[in-house]
Order: sequence, then C-alpha cells, then structure tokens
Amino acid sequence: MIISELKPLTELQQTLSEFDKLFLVGCAACATTCKAGGEEEIFKLQEWLVEQRKEVTGSVVIDEACHIMRSARDLRHHRNALQEADALVVLACGSGVQSVSSNVEKRVVGGLNSMFLGNVRRFGQYEEMCSLCGDCILNETAGICPVTTCSKGLLNGPCGGMEDGHCEVDAELECAWRLIYERLQSQQRQGVFARRVPPKNWSRRRKPGRYRLKNGGR
Amino acid sequence: MSHLSEQLASGRFVVTAEIAPPKGANLAPSLAEVKKFVGITAVNVTDNQGANMRLSSLALAAQLQQAGTETILQLTCRDRNRMALQSDLLGAASFGIENLLLLSGDHSKFGDHPDARPVFDLDSVQLLDMTAGLMAGVDMVGKRLNGVPNFFPGAAVNPAAEPFDLMFQKVLKKVDSGARFFQTQSIFDRASLERFMAAMKPLNVPVIAGVLLIRSAKMAYFLNANIPGVKVPQALLDRLDKATDPLAEGVAIARETVAWARDLCQGVHLMTLGHEGKISAILA
Repeated sequence: MIISELKPLTELQQTLSEFDKLFLVGCAACATTCKAGGEEEIFKLQEWLVEQRKEVTGSVVIDEACHIMRSARDLRHHRNALQEADALVVLACGSGVQSVSSNVEKRVVGGLNSMFLGNVRRFGQYEEMCSLCGDCILNETAGICPVTTCSKGLLNGPCGGMEDGHCEVDAELECAWRLIYERLQSQQRQGVFARRVPPKNWSRRRKPGRYRLKNGGR
Repeated sequence: MSHLSEQLASGRFVVTAEIAPPKGANLAPSLAEVKKFVGITAVNVTDNQGANMRLSSLALAAQLQQAGTETILQLTCRDRNRMALQSDLLGAASFGIENLLLLSGDHSKFGDHPDARPVFDLDSVQLLDMTAGLMAGVDMVGKRLNGVPNFFPGAAVNPAAEPFDLMFQKVLKKVDSGARFFQTQSIFDRASLERFMAAMKPLNVPVIAGVLLIRSAKMAYFLNANIPGVKVPQALLDRLDKATDPLAEGVAIARETVAWARDLCQGVHLMTLGHEGKISAILA
C-alpha cells in the first residue's frame, strides 16, 4: 500500500491561512491503514481546524480516493457542503489528492506527504520493498529487490560501503546484497551472481505511467 | 600506454597518491600541491570525494595531465547517468587521460549535499563494461565512435570487507568486466590483506594497496564513525592515543604498512591528506 504521513501542522497552517471554510476528504484504503487519512484522522483534523478558527462545512472518507470515478461520485453526494467551502483538504496520497482535484473546481489542499509503496511488517511499521521499476529482477535475486532495498540500487553485488554485512547508509540496515547472497546460497543456486547484470531499462519507468488492459480487460 | 600500466606490466612496485580538487575554481593550490609528490607513478584525482561537491575531477585531471603529471581519473556513478558518464570518459580521453578508477561512489547522504538525488543509473560493474565498449569503439547502444579512446581501467575493493566471499563475487565480476588493476580501501591489517591476495592470485590482476596517513587518534575515531569501509583497528588506535607526536606515529604506522604491502601487493596508494611532505618518509 501507499505509505503517507500528515504534513507538518505549521506548513498546513500557512497553506490554509487564506481560507475560512473547509471541506475535508479522507481515504478508506491505504491512508486509513497507515492512520494518516481515515475517519479518525479526519476527525482530529476537524478539531484542529476549529481551534484554528476555521469552519468545517463537511467531510467524506472516499472508498478508494485513487479511483477517479468513485471519488467523483462520493463528492457529488456532498455537493452543498462542498459549495459552501473555500477549499478542500484531502488526507490521501498524492494520487488521491489528484482524483479529487480533477473532480472539483475549488482549490484542493493536500494534507499528507506520500512516501512509498510499503509492506506492512506489523501494525504501524512499514517497509519499502518494491519501487515499481517496471523491469523486475526478483527471480534472479532470491525474491529480494536490490533496486529498492540496496540504498544505491546496485545490480551486481554489494558496494565498498558494506560493513559486516550492513549498509553504509544506515548501520541498522542489513546489506541487501548480503541477504540476497545468503538466500541464494541456502537455495544452492547462483542466481544473479551467475552473470553480469546489464544496465537497467529505465524506459520501462517513463513518466507518467499509462496502462490499459488489452480488449478492455475482457 | 600509461606509465602506470607499463610499470604494473613490468612488475615494478608502483606508488600512487591522490589529490582532491578544490572547493572553488582556483586550481593554483592543487597544481602546486602536486609538485610535492615525489617518486609517484600516477596521481588519483578524486570525484566529489565523500559526496562533497568540489571542482570536477575531469577538469583537474585534464590540467594535471597537460602539465605533465600522470593521473588516475576517478569517476563515480553517484552524480551522473550513463550518458554523462560516457561523455566524460570521451572527454577524458581527449585530454590524454588513460588511467581510470571506476567507482559506484559514496552515498550522497555522507556529503555536503545530503538532499541531492543520488543517480546510480549504472553500478561500477556496468561502468567497467561500458568503458570496455568505448575502448572497442562503440557506445552503450552500439553506435560507432569516431576516435576510439585508450583507457587503463581500474576498480576499487575493500579487502577487509565481510562477508569476504560475497565481496569477492563482485571482484570477479569487475575482472570479467575489464578491470586491469585494483586500488584498495585503506588497509590496516596484514592478515586480511594476505587472505585477499591469496584469492586474487589466480586472477593475475595487480593490486595497489591503500595506505592512509592517520595524523591523530581523533582522526582515526572520526574515520571509524564516518567513512564507509574504513575500520582502524584497536591496536593502532592505542598507539595513536599514547603517542606524544601522533603525526610521527601515523607516519610510522604508514611506513610499516607499506613495508608489508611490498611483500604482498604490486603497489601502494598513499592517502596523505595534506601531508604530502611526509611521502618520502613513508616510502623510506
């Protein structure tokens, strides 16, 4: 899921200084799970805004804010409250913010910073394991992604900064290449060490990404 | 052919040193500093060393080369994508630079621009492969070059890295990719260098051992805490701690290291960090 966190309140305070009446939008998917934009956080934001002498005209938690049509539908149900507001504050990832901003004429203020595609280690603890590079090497690296979990994204083994199997960037972090090597060894195969991996095809990650199922997905 | 490649080929023990480009556009102090290097085969010119922004390594190396000092151009993957790396290598060739030390590079986090986006479009193995391609007259997409560069590409290694076997897998890849010599991270421990050189023997690629002049115990503690891949052992820390003249003790340690490196390696790389005047004492 997409891991996001609330922007610093001082920053929000400044961004919202030109508005008096606000409509709040949350997301029931990722932003709820990582406690950044669910019912609870929308409520807390409302309380804080009232303390800031703002008026909250209404709120909605959209099922999946990244779904553009569904966002439009959910927002339509709150037409009056939306009309009253000077701006919308959206507690969803950057993707959700843009679903909302593409559906309304009013100013939209994103309240979160979106950080990464995260795996859940346990509640409240998230780890980035995939960077959506479009050119997956996992089958050669024993299911551990060096593009993401090596701080430098190296493809041919550890850098000179590996110290006792840990990463130069963060001593708490185990070197991705050590983990790959150990797992390949336990599987008794050479995997990625059997060849020199050529440079990555970054054209697979050209922005902005666009994808369409063939035959409309039928 | 560069002097470095000739000397390594002839089996003569080589000595290299290094210089960091200035923070600023004034090259005069660097050009003067290099004159203090005596008995050196070639001088490494570092590339935004420790991820600290400085004048380009290519610019300083070009000027040194044209003033008659043989250089080893260091080039990292941290700050350039594959196009910029190829351009810079062709540019280097146009200035007569042949010796290269091709590196991944320290992470931006360690330097003075920690907010910079680290590039790492290529890794050091891919950079070596690309260099071999340029030497064969083609760029990374197979287009022919008008004017084929002649390089002597080298790579870096930390002989004391653990796990050893994992580190050595990458050494093997670098050799396959055309590394013609290795320069090592600073070495402090004879046993770990012996183990590394034993593994290197069948590969027949010369190794130039990194020898760092540690001028004080404080510097040693700083290195251990802040420089990736550098671990000054406790015994040396104790010697520096107790010494009445720590710089002299540091010179003594470096001289001892050079002495046993002579038995094991094909050369030494001296990192004297502003104490270039001590080079002759270290080599004595």
